[in-house]
Amino acid sequence: MKLRRRQRERLSLWLQYLAFVAVIAVVVYAADWGRLKEAFFRVDIIESMFPTIITVALRNTILYTLGAFAFGLVFGTLLALMRLSRVAPYRWVATAYIELFRGLPALLVLFLVGYGIPIAFPEREIPGGVFGSIAIGLGLTAAAYMAETIRAGIQAVPKGQMEAARTLGMSHFTAMRTIVIPQAFRIVIPPLTNELILLTKDSSLAYVLGVTASTIEVTKFGRDTLNDRVNATPLLVAGFTYLIITLPLSQVVRRLELRYAKAR
Amino acid sequence: MTTPQSRPAVEIRDLHKSFGPLEVLKGIDFEVGHGEVVCVIGPSGSGKSTLLRCVNLLEEPTAGKIWVNGTEMTDPDVEIDSVRRGIGMVFQSFNLFPHLTVLDNLTIAQRRVLRRRRAEAERIARDNLERVGLADKAGAFPAQLSGGQQQRAAIARSLSMEPKLMLFDEPTSALDPELVGDVLTVMRTLAEDGMTMMVVTHEMAFARDVADRVVFMDGGVVVEQGPPQEVLGAPRHERTRSFLSRVLDPTHVAQLGQPTQSPEPSQPPRLPADDRHNL
Repeated sequence: MKLRRRQRERLSLWLQYLAFVAVIAVVVYAADWGRLKEAFFRVDIIESMFPTIITVALRNTILYTLGAFAFGLVFGTLLALMRLSRVAPYRWVATAYIELFRGLPALLVLFLVGYGIPIAFPEREIPGGVFGSIAIGLGLTAAAYMAETIRAGIQAVPKGQMEAARTLGMSHFTAMRTIVIPQAFRIVIPPLTNELILLTKDSSLAYVLGVTASTIEVTKFGRDTLNDRVNATPLLVAGFTYLIITLPLSQVVRRLELRYAKAR
Repeated sequence: MTTPQSRPAVEIRDLHKSFGPLEVLKGIDFEVGHGEVVCVIGPSGSGKSTLLRCVNLLEEPTAGKIWVNGTEMTDPDVEIDSVRRGIGMVFQSFNLFPHLTVLDNLTIAQRRVLRRRRAEAERIARDNLERVGLADKAGAFPAQLSGGQQQRAAIARSLSMEPKLMLFDEPTSALDPELVGDVLTVMRTLAEDGMTMMVVTHEMAFARDVADRVVFMDGGVVVEQGPPQEVLGAPRHERTRSFLSRVLDPTHVAQLGQPTQSPEPSQPPRLPADDRHNL
């Protein structure tokens, strides 16, 4: 008997489901769950990590991320405006900076800030200690990425917006600040969210600055516990802790975009 | 000797404007008197929008001089922001600020540029919204308005700065036909209130009824100008006649193919007797 088109499609779909379930079943059946649990899911180790992983490690991860993001956002906006400037040297400087800092590994920049600045200016300290060093060290790299995103956002605002603002007597600067940049930021919310999530994970690079018990962040905390207990469970716990930040963040951003949708 | 008061509102002398190798304005001499309403008409690419945009220096002239209310715009040291406060401009694409409510669109420049207090700025904004028939839309965002409402809000935004001169750059060209009338009504009222206006438009009925003077441009020069009944009713130049016949009777010309072979080439079609926008 010849199958009708919809019957063929349905059959094909069911075969795909079946293959998918089979693969999972084989993996689940073949895996040695006892050893896996012993290596990655020791409940006693998980319990021992709380509440420090939240009250200290996660708190620091969030602080470092926000610090670096704030620094990167301000500096990145400045770089974006310099790239769009009518003054040629501003454009050259901004372009050189962006090309350089997008190419350098964030780890190296963080290292140079953490150890280079104290050597260069022995009398002074970076304000905020480890927090300040990380905010600047990661922020310098983030700024280079964000500058390009923000520049694209500014250029995506129709030219007529600037013209209308200037026609009303606003200076170029006032028009940028009150008319163009607010619209540009609405446009670049999704890519900036990406940058924030990337920064959350880059904050794990803080270890190169030698963090202490009070300045430790999630990944370093996981690795230290791993060394103490000679067990991989802490890494798994640390890894899932990042989801506590990133999942709600996505929700917040989605809501933000909805709110701005009517004012676009 | 020439005080600002004795000079015309707009004075243009031998204005040239090129975009790269393309010369768009080829020597324009032109004046607008105080309280005068001038409509600039002409085919697309004739330079009429560029001329308008040169008046408030959105385009930098290549050569020539422009004075607005006695201030030389082409002076390299002109305080451009303060001169522009006195020149309102209405764009074809409205250019309302989409991230601000209608009320904030009308108050932001008052507050940032004129340093008016919020209460005063809002009072002036509401007066002007009333004037264009949008008193109930103060809290709406531009995206929630129709095209005609957006354009009227844009006019109210300009008026809130209390300009002495209003420039209109094809203000109804982006509108659905049934929304054109409301905008033209607002403009007509403005003209009757004595506003000095320079209007680039394709609305021949508006030009005929409201303009004190009609200027026909083609190929970067002013071909002819005069009272609307002369320029629109009895044009002297062939280029004006062929433009008007294309605008006022497009299907007829399309059928003929070559307008010069028309049996009555010198007679432009008459403007419709009735005013199609009930101005």
